Amino acid sequence: MAYNDKVLDHYENPRNVGSLDKNDPNVGTGMVGAPSCGDVMKLQIRVNEQGVIDDAKFKTFGCGSAIASSSLVTEWIKGKTLDQALTIKNTQVAEELALPPVKIHCSVLAEDAIKSAIQDYRSKRAVGGS
Amino acid sequence: MNLPIYMDYQATTPMDQRVLQEMLPWFAEKFGNPASRSHPFGWEADRAVEKARQEVATLIGADPREIVFTSGATESDNLAITGVARFYRDKGNHIITLTTEHKAVLDTCRHLEAEEGFQVTYLPVRPNGLVDLAALAAAITDRTILVSIMAANNEIGVIQPLAEIGALCRSRKVLFHCDGAQGVGKFPLDVNAMNIDLLSISGHKIYGPKGIGALYVRRRPRVRLKAIIHGGGHERGMRSGTLSTPLIVGLGAACRLAGAEMVEESRRVKELRDHLFQGVTSRLTHVELNGDLESRLAGNLNISFGFVEGESLMMAIKDVAVSSGSACTSASLEPSYVLRALGVTEDLAHTSIRFGLGRFTTREEVDYVIDLVIRSVSKLREMSPLWEMMQEGIDIKSVQWAAH
Amino acid sequence: MIYLDYNASAPPRPGVVEAMQSCLTRLIGNPSAVHAAGRAARQGVDEARRQVARLINAHHSQVIFTSGGTEANSLALLGLAARAGFRGRLLLGATEHPSVLAVGQVLVRRGMEVDWIPVDASGRVDPDWIRRELRAGLVAVSVMHANNETGVLQPIEEIGPLCRAAGVPLHTDAIQSAGRLPLDLATLPVALLSISAHKLGGPKGVGALVVDKALAIEPLLVGGGQERNRRAGTENVAGIVGFGVAAAAAVAAMADEARRLGAWRDALEADLAARMPDLHIFGRDAPRLPNTSLLGWPGLDGEALVMGLDLVGFAVSGGSACSSGKVRASHVVQAMGAEEALGRSALRVSLGWDTRAEDLQRFREGLTGLVERLRRMSGPLAVGN
Repeated sequence: MAYNDKVLDHYENPRNVGSLDKNDPNVGTGMVGAPSCGDVMKLQIRVNEQGVIDDAKFKTFGCGSAIASSSLVTEWIKGKTLDQALTIKNTQVAEELALPPVKIHCSVLAEDAIKSAIQDYRSKRAVGGS
Repeated sequence: MNLPIYMDYQATTPMDQRVLQEMLPWFAEKFGNPASRSHPFGWEADRAVEKARQEVATLIGADPREIVFTSGATESDNLAITGVARFYRDKGNHIITLTTEHKAVLDTCRHLEAEEGFQVTYLPVRPNGLVDLAALAAAITDRTILVSIMAANNEIGVIQPLAEIGALCRSRKVLFHCDGAQGVGKFPLDVNAMNIDLLSISGHKIYGPKGIGALYVRRRPRVRLKAIIHGGGHERGMRSGTLSTPLIVGLGAACRLAGAEMVEESRRVKELRDHLFQGVTSRLTHVELNGDLESRLAGNLNISFGFVEGESLMMAIKDVAVSSGSACTSASLEPSYVLRALGVTEDLAHTSIRFGLGRFTTREEVDYVIDLVIRSVSKLREMSPLWEMMQEGIDIKSVQWAAH
Repeated sequence: MIYLDYNASAPPRPGVVEAMQSCLTRLIGNPSAVHAAGRAARQGVDEARRQVARLINAHHSQVIFTSGGTEANSLALLGLAARAGFRGRLLLGATEHPSVLAVGQVLVRRGMEVDWIPVDASGRVDPDWIRRELRAGLVAVSVMHANNETGVLQPIEEIGPLCRAAGVPLHTDAIQSAGRLPLDLATLPVALLSISAHKLGGPKGVGALVVDKALAIEPLLVGGGQERNRRAGTENVAGIVGFGVAAAAAVAAMADEARRLGAWRDALEADLAARMPDLHIFGRDAPRLPNTSLLGWPGLDGEALVMGLDLVGFAVSGGSACSSGKVRASHVVQAMGAEEALGRSALRVSLGWDTRAEDLQRFREGLTGLVERLRRMSGPLAVGN
């Protein structure tokens, strides 16, 4: 449990903790993981008219690495288009936070959370027919 | 008050400086080998070993000739179970233990099952962590040679009804081994009153040194076992190897002090433990105690903080050394098998923290920990999607979670 | 009291007790715990593991800490035998330490075949004998590096390649030689090697088995996963740290100590031999540890010599510490073919890092006087006692 400084920084000063209105048509919500596995990550994005993510929030139940991974990706995706955000790979997260092998799944979860939030946003827009 | 605060007394205890002072001369100028019969260096070491043997025996109501020194409780457990199984295998091949035993007992039993043709019954425990005596009685067959049940659990601190187990085993003519690593020195244990045939003892759980332990082996009626470490025939043939005089002197001193201070110390530690529990529950909801509250080690508090993952809480209170599950298993990231055996769900097992209090814990430290835990749990709950869902009235158990 | 029983146990080297005292006060955590206190203890163990590895030029991952040399020997042989399902055959040296002899007896009772490798009059095994016995079904060969009673060194560098070519793991009990002679696993062809801390000036209650990376052995103690699942039980942190410090100190002092003690030992033997024509020096013609001398005078009683020396202030041994107190000749001198009357007179003198030249001067005088006195007492009237 000797954590890397970047993990500690995100854990102690998490960026973008909170929630967006999940009923807002411009908001996509992703929820991944399971309580029985010890990690649940909720990631929300708000997308503006230009298709750019202008806000992101997270809440995470999980270890320090899971919290840091989600905090980090909220920073990374802000200002990106959806397609740009989809290019973020778990390996980049793991590398940035220097995650040990037993914590790699935290970065996988963060990547899944991005995908899940974008998918939620896109399906809402498709149904809404804008 | 100094940081960090040590609250992991079931993993290991700090050395008592009084114990250390007694050990020191035996590291340095009194370095003789107790097996050297030809000169005073050996004789004085041998006398020190025998004095310590008496001190260990006194603590558990045994005769010093019934004490075998080992390298620790893990070796004692291995020696007791494997040694008895191999010696008595003509009499039977069935062993009974609990699903919540220490790995040293469980892995030894699994080894005997896989490699040596023994049959092992792993009895489930009741939701409070205690053995079901009726189930134990029903599990004993005419092939049963040994029951191995711990005095107190290392994770949840529950104390098993040893006298009842001992009486049952004696009446059914089955040997009773008790892993006393967490119990000896913490509450009164008497091998005769409790009909314990073999008792494992650890030095470092009672403010003594690491690397030393003992196994009590009953002489009347005589219990026999086959050695697992072989050699010069030390320890009446049950355990060979040069005896470590300083470690043995330390174990003896630790046992003597534990016996002398047990009543007062357990009263004081229990008061602190109860204060910690009340302090935390008075200002946090969704806090659950794991294991029985009454039949419990004074210094153990194992609680689940709902909606907060245990390791992240450990990180938040990093100035306080606690554990989330047994120290031996905490590296594995698997939820504790002990909590699972109580029927604690996996999600709650992930939220458990073990606070271990002991001889050097102060009221000031406990107050600091109460405050820190409350602040940390509150902060982490604000970050927890599960806490948010609970407040929105969503039943987390009803959610279909994607396994990953 | 002058201590000349280093092969039974050595006093701690400088710095060992201080390091252990500091650990016992400061390193309070369980090395398996993930918090800072646990990690600090883990670091202490890891550093010691590197120090012990350096003693024999092994990789630190090869070092399994045990409760001592006896456990290391049990782990090596039982661990290999269990891997083989307790079927097959082992070759064990006839002059091995009792901890190896005892395991051999256990393996026989468990249905394995154990053959004892004979030694010649100088106490050495014959590599050709082993070569002839290298057949299918051989589970392990165990030959000690240096004998605890005589100090005689075995031709491990010859036996090793034979075993390696036959695919049979060779175990060597290096408890007496580690820290006294340079040992280099890069060139010493053994698969397993046992070490004890207290013989090289570390604490009692800790030792190590060093195992070839490619070799799997069954653990002796299970439950807890320590030492990469090869030896369960909470680590004896202070003992292990003391072991590491002692190993580092032994490495630093080794060349100088070997030269100094060897010269003193040789001078002692030469001087005694000049004074006493019937003096027998066991293993004199074989390569030996520089610190050990096993002496004998046909017809004298070794126990009387040991007791007499104790009364005049010298701590020595009549054989190995584990078997001392017995009146029969040890299995080591018996295997060397010594007459019973010579074997029973054996007296072991073993020097170490804290031995001084004047200790040996005084010892020489004390021993000479005692031998003369015992000879007068065991005149014709005493024969047959």
